[in-house]
Amino acid sequence: MTQWAKYWVAYQTIARREILRFSRIWVQTIIPPMVMVGLYFIIFGNLIGRKIGEMDGMSYVDFIMPGLVMMSIITNSYANVVSSFYGAKYSHYIEEMQIAPIPNIIILLGYVTGGITRGMSVGVAVTLTSLFFTDFSIHAPAIVIGVAFLTSFLFSLAGLINGIFAKSFDHVTIVPTFVLTPLTYLGGIFYSIKLLPEFWQQISLINPILYMVNSFRLGFRGVSDIELATAIGVILVFILILFAVCMTLLDRGTGIRH
Amino acid sequence: MTTHMYALEISQLHKTYANGLQALKGIDLTVEQGDFFALLGPNGAGKSTCIGIISSLVNKTSGSVKVFGHSIDDELIKAKSKLGSVPQEFNFNTFEPVHEIVTNQGGFYGVPAKIARQQTNHFLKELGLWKHRNLQARELSGGMKRRLMIARALIHKPRLLILDEPTAGVDIELRRSMWQFMDQINQQGTTIILTTHYLEEAEQMCHNVAIIDEGAIIKNTSMKALLKGLHSETFILYLQDEISQPLALEGFVSPLVIDSQTIEVEVPETHSLNDLIQQLDKHHIIVSRMRNKVNRLEELFITITSKQEIMHDSVG
Repeated sequence: MTQWAKYWVAYQTIARREILRFSRIWVQTIIPPMVMVGLYFIIFGNLIGRKIGEMDGMSYVDFIMPGLVMMSIITNSYANVVSSFYGAKYSHYIEEMQIAPIPNIIILLGYVTGGITRGMSVGVAVTLTSLFFTDFSIHAPAIVIGVAFLTSFLFSLAGLINGIFAKSFDHVTIVPTFVLTPLTYLGGIFYSIKLLPEFWQQISLINPILYMVNSFRLGFRGVSDIELATAIGVILVFILILFAVCMTLLDRGTGIRH
Repeated sequence: MTTHMYALEISQLHKTYANGLQALKGIDLTVEQGDFFALLGPNGAGKSTCIGIISSLVNKTSGSVKVFGHSIDDELIKAKSKLGSVPQEFNFNTFEPVHEIVTNQGGFYGVPAKIARQQTNHFLKELGLWKHRNLQARELSGGMKRRLMIARALIHKPRLLILDEPTAGVDIELRRSMWQFMDQINQQGTTIILTTHYLEEAEQMCHNVAIIDEGAIIKNTSMKALLKGLHSETFILYLQDEISQPLALEGFVSPLVIDSQTIEVEVPETHSLNDLIQQLDKHHIIVSRMRNKVNRLEELFITITSKQEIMHDSVG
């Protein structure tokens, strides 16, 4: 058996374990985002949305739908990796992998695969929920799938960094609560940045989540505040940066080796 | 020219933690292939740090470690593939089923799923965990959890197995069956490094021994040679009849009378047990049973480590 074949087995083992971890507790991992997004649709889409009228040439509920799906993908891919990696550190079973002959990149890809799978699964579940409130239409399926994949990849990496540095369960929730949620809400889920004054439009462009939400909306509805190439470029640059950071931290043994 | 290949070769290993604690002060250690080696030392001596470095759980400050000739600096993957480890603390996901914990570990070592499952079944049966295979690990007793970690460490058939307190908290019956199992693994060619607080275990199982104290190796020899250094042994004798007055035995320090039917006698290396029995016979004393006061290795261990302490105190 070649060394690469062994690495492939190790990758499959980590990825399978990560996928099993969240799918065994689907009531805690898949159902809550569906309920939450259902409530958003009822309150913001139907009740308040009717008063708002149209946005970017479509009903408000149609406008917010891609952003709500994207928000679920972001939070779930992030949460999956940060909680799983920190849990493994906390209970010391990260050592099972540390002592094994696995290169760090395989560990990273295994965890990220778990994050992507949960992000995409929740994305599908939330999209199905949205069918109770909007008609199903996808302008460009390849863009929808591609952007969902890249975004969940990016936030899985971000979750891993958080997991590496976390020293308590508080640290696992600080970033999602105080960084991720505000950035997501200000990332154009509920409004088009064209509604903002010029200054705040420019400020909004610093927010990377704006690019993901808009490219996702382009895939679903065919409208976006941002050019697709720019959005994909931004996401890829962030993926490369976070990937390099993750590898450096794992190689140094930050948070896991004394 | 060929050089001798050890199962483990440690040279000038230093470890200083971020808080300034110097856990290892340049230790040198070699373990022969096929050996059953005891690494002993009091709490905080540096045993776990040393094992942590060998297993890649702790970063070394300097020095070199080779596992079957593979340096952990240059050939880490090869070195790791030869190594299995049973740590002191439970380190598995307690919510995972027992069989999955073992099979997954095989997967981490690149063992294909089918073979890993076969191996898992084999070791779970060997270690008496077969009927518990579908339980979540948290549902196991302490002894079962220890055996689970041993099964997990063996799944990829390591050539060097490190057992860090493998029988801690395990009842005596189970401990003996684990000794038998470990002996069998060693007979099959696996080199074993054992750390334990049960010195009887080390004396019975291990051929060679190193004693580490305050981050330095203070003894590294064969078990036989080490035990030869014992200048006297203390025995507890249970007498058939009561004795009414203190005894004077020629050539022996006066026995300590524990109660009217129990005495404690120190037998120097210059005297045999036969000499003692003859002396007792002169006083018409019949010994119904006897035992070592403490295990022989334990007696030596205390002597050696306390000598170190005295030396440090006088230097300090």
